[in-house]
Amino acid sequence: MSNKNVYIDYDDCVIHVNDVSKSFGNLHVLRNVDLKLYNGENLVVLGRSGTGKSVLIKLISGLLMPDSGDINVLGQVVNHLDEKALRLLRLKIGFSFQNSALYDSMTVRENLEFPLVRNKRNLTRMEIDREVEEVLEGVGLLQTINQMPSELSGGQRKRIGIARTLILRPDIMLYDEPTAGLDPITCLDINGLINDVQERYKTSSIIITHDLACAKMVGDRMVMLLDGKFERQGTFDEIFATDDVRVKPFYDYNFIV
Amino acid sequence: MGKKFSNLLLEFARLHRFLMRFFREMVTPPFEFKEFIRQCYEIGWRSFPLISLTGFIVGFVFTKQSRPSLEEFGASSWLPAMISIAIVRALAPLVTALIASGKVGSQIGAELSSMNVTEQIDAMEVSGTNPHKFLIATRILATTTMIPILTFYVAGIGLFGGYLSIISKDQLSMLSFFTQVFDKIGFVDVFAMVIRSVVFGFTIGFISTYVGYYSSKGTEGVGKAANSAVVASMFAVFIEELLIVQVLSLFS
Ligand SMILES: Nc1ncnc2c1ncn2[C@@H]1O[C@H](COP(=O)(O)OP(=O)(O)OP(=O)(O)O)[C@@H](O)[C@H]1O
Ligand SMILES: [Mg+2]
Repeated sequence: MSNKNVYIDYDDCVIHVNDVSKSFGNLHVLRNVDLKLYNGENLVVLGRSGTGKSVLIKLISGLLMPDSGDINVLGQVVNHLDEKALRLLRLKIGFSFQNSALYDSMTVRENLEFPLVRNKRNLTRMEIDREVEEVLEGVGLLQTINQMPSELSGGQRKRIGIARTLILRPDIMLYDEPTAGLDPITCLDINGLINDVQERYKTSSIIITHDLACAKMVGDRMVMLLDGKFERQGTFDEIFATDDVRVKPFYDYNFIV
Repeated sequence: MGKKFSNLLLEFARLHRFLMRFFREMVTPPFEFKEFIRQCYEIGWRSFPLISLTGFIVGFVFTKQSRPSLEEFGASSWLPAMISIAIVRALAPLVTALIASGKVGSQIGAELSSMNVTEQIDAMEVSGTNPHKFLIATRILATTTMIPILTFYVAGIGLFGGYLSIISKDQLSMLSFFTQVFDKIGFVDVFAMVIRSVVFGFTIGFISTYVGYYSSKGTEGVGKAANSAVVASMFAVFIEELLIVQVLSLFS
């Protein structure tokens, strides 16, 4: 995390989750949470399964609406936007889904084209092809361009999913468990890609994970979601300098056992 | 009991919202014309082989089975008139709708629910494409236009099946067969057939997309969605048929 060539502007907050609560029926997933993402940084969100990490980034992208509180993204309050404004804002947010969410009736090329063709209708065929090939090259998977998602490995799907969001040149990237279910070497690849994206596209990102190696490699700052709140935050070492039984096992499992 | 009832109310509220959303997407641009055409192809053209076979067999078998009872009264020459009424007024719309419930309903239900389970619908939404417009409105419109067309086709091929069944026993020219057939069918019958098939087509599209879109997460949700799309569509088609028959009988 130290040898990255990035500039983080701690005066410019691109996402501000302000006192947000969200519950489903009787299940209180998030309770009055606050979170800030600064321009240019990679923020890692740690937390156990089912603590509401995915819910958090779905709130940020407007897929879910908060019960109370506000979510400010790039100066706009997501939960107050009308449909059109929300659509425009979303084009600036790249969302890499937990299971890649590739359109499985389309080839890799069509997957990448889809957001482009539908949002920038004045592009020529040649421009589209060039864009698609460039992003695909960037994730190192140009050779898969005519394959179907079902023919790809989990790691490849993940990278295609990331490429598909990069094609709209987002300012913000949201990664939902980018390394889940992948072997260590592929994980390293993906982590490298996340840092690469941060440097090359100057994105600010939230990375959700419970993979501490990933957290350590990509995170400029970390927060930990515990019982519906962000209780701990800081650098990797600061987070784990504790005996809290809800935090320590994370570390122990990854580095000691 | 109270909980069940409130769940039912919630379901109706959701259905109502889904329906209103469809009408709103239909009248607000942009229109997804290309995707609509693609769905028409998927839904209409791909059903052709199955529909052709079924329509033909229904016409053929129905005629064959009706012959003995008409012969009993020495009225086998009424066969063309009888099958034309049976096919246009009841069989063609119903058979088409039931076949489509099975084929198209399960296809749409499974497709949308698997897209839902694997977050493809969310992915579409966050990348700036309105899934209600792109996925749902196009499919509902496609079933609403294709099923009437298929119904006319089934009527035609059913009548042809009936004709073949007749000439396997009697002498009858195609021309005089169809003259007798069209003699019996009035404008009202054709109009009723259009209304019926439009209603059935809309119902099948609406129910299947609804069930797929709101399917439960997890892989078993996909099977369940495909299954309930078929069952609910068929059920709705029968209920509607019952109502339409009642309404039509007021006019004749
Ligand atoms: N749309 C929804 N409707 C009802 N409950 C939901 C919904 N989305 C999430 N939940 C519930 O909210 C809780 C948090 O879910 P979430 O997916 O955010 O967990 P997570 O932290 O991402 O876990 P994981 O690491 O397993 O992905 C879960 O108990 C889940 O069942
Ligand atoms: Mg999750």
